[in-house]
Amino acid sequence: MSELIRRYGSSLTWIIIAFTAFWLLVLVLIPNFVLFEFSFKPYLPVDQLGGPKDFYSLNNYWTFFNSPIHIRIFFQTVLYSSAVTLLCLILSYPLAYFLAKIVDAKTAPSIFLLLIIPLWVSEILRSFAWFIILAFNGPLNAMLQGIGLEPVRWISGFNAVIIGLIYSYLLFMLLPIYNAISSLDTNQIEASEDLGASLWRTHWRVVIPHSKPGIASGCVMVFMLCAGSVIVPSTLASPSSRWFTEIIQQWMFEGLDWNTGAAYAFLLLTLCIIFVSLVMRLLNVRLVDIAK
Amino acid sequence: MNSHRFGYYAIRFYVILFLAFMLLPLIVMGGAAFNDTRFPSIYPWFGFTTHWFQELWADNRMWGAARNTVFVAIAVVALSVPIGTAGAILLNSLQARSRSIIYGIMVAPILTPGAVIGISTLLFWYKFNVPAGLHLSVLGQVSYIAAYVMLLVLARLQSFDAGLEEAALDLGASHAQVMRRILLPHLYPAIFAGALIGFFQSAENFNVTLFTRGNSDTLTVYVGSKIRSGITPTINALAFLLIAATVIGVIIYEFRRRRADAMAKLAED
Repeated sequence: MSELIRRYGSSLTWIIIAFTAFWLLVLVLIPNFVLFEFSFKPYLPVDQLGGPKDFYSLNNYWTFFNSPIHIRIFFQTVLYSSAVTLLCLILSYPLAYFLAKIVDAKTAPSIFLLLIIPLWVSEILRSFAWFIILAFNGPLNAMLQGIGLEPVRWISGFNAVIIGLIYSYLLFMLLPIYNAISSLDTNQIEASEDLGASLWRTHWRVVIPHSKPGIASGCVMVFMLCAGSVIVPSTLASPSSRWFTEIIQQWMFEGLDWNTGAAYAFLLLTLCIIFVSLVMRLLNVRLVDIAK
Repeated sequence: MNSHRFGYYAIRFYVILFLAFMLLPLIVMGGAAFNDTRFPSIYPWFGFTTHWFQELWADNRMWGAARNTVFVAIAVVALSVPIGTAGAILLNSLQARSRSIIYGIMVAPILTPGAVIGISTLLFWYKFNVPAGLHLSVLGQVSYIAAYVMLLVLARLQSFDAGLEEAALDLGASHAQVMRRILLPHLYPAIFAGALIGFFQSAENFNVTLFTRGNSDTLTVYVGSKIRSGITPTINALAFLLIAATVIGVIIYEFRRRRADAMAKLAED
């Protein structure tokens, strides 16, 4: 701190501190604390606020734990988000390795440019694209019929949601893994091969351990984006597939019960915190490695 | 050796499949903008039309939403860039323990679902009787977009030579001059990248905006409500325009990159 004052003077240092404090306190910490506090209060009409009914309780959380449907939707969200995370990892690892170590340095940027075109088109349009493709009378089924197969009802169960989530968030897995593998010295891979290690062994013992921070970062981002996704489930869901964020929206917009909504949002936040710490523990990485 | 060759072709085939998976949906979506049918699709084909572009052009709600998107994005950039830069400079001057705590708080919003950010922002300002609206969307978005700016600036600070500041101070520069002439010019590439990323992150944000917007529209919210309430290919027309803009940007970028490469090569020879 004294270092800052020495370099930039006290008034500039004050401005720096004020900006940072505004960000961390007013935009991040206190809002989350308010969310936490709200979730323990009952939902009351304005004239009863501060009245005898206005006290802290766990009631909003009991609403969740007493609703088998909400619990089921919560665990389905966890299950399918984990599945999508795993699938994204499996799908992007070979490509990340290819782009980082196999393809020549001139073509890799061109492939990247093509890959990130969907990123510039917003998430909502990305899932809308799949809404068109997967429609029962849509182009994918027309193609299947063209080669003599039966049309498939894609938008049923969680099928379409899974496809949409993978498509929307795949690049959030690919980019960090690519960055991690790029920083690996190619000599290490060659040494492993020269010493007779098989392809699998080279990856398992050399490349994957080195790319752990990237894998952790990708997994955390993709899981969080999936579990918190609003747009993909509401575009591509079938009646039998519901997502936890839809329940939150119901409380906030239809029930207009912001307190229960806050409790549910807090559960979602807790889920993400648990997932982050689990990944950090499992892969033995620090937060600094994840947020590169 | 045979298996090696097989691997060579297998991985290339995989890359092509991967690219097709990422790009074909955009082609389908863009193509459907020209199909003369009310339900957006490219199959069956009912004939070429530009009707949906005209309908999009005449849609006042879309124009309002587009304007809002730009205003929000500009406000987000105007706030995130100074906040994120200040955060990075402050963080860089801290010692190990407090540094990692503050760092954790700073990156937490990136790892927080947008719905949670949106709801907590809404409730916080509700306590002060500030009604929902796009101003809250801006504040909610800044909370995590500032973190992106902070990470970019922090990375750039690693290559900064603090000795330059010492020299300037010794030579009698004022504190403001050290900041404006020495530190900030070094950070400009990161600040510029942060502003660009912040603008597009804001423009494509849906989750935070949904919970904080009140009755106002942004482009993403407008598209979302259209998808729920009855889709017409006007959305595809919009998508086509966005994709076209992106592709043109990509082509220009690639062209300049190749020319720069060629120039560098020429200079070497």
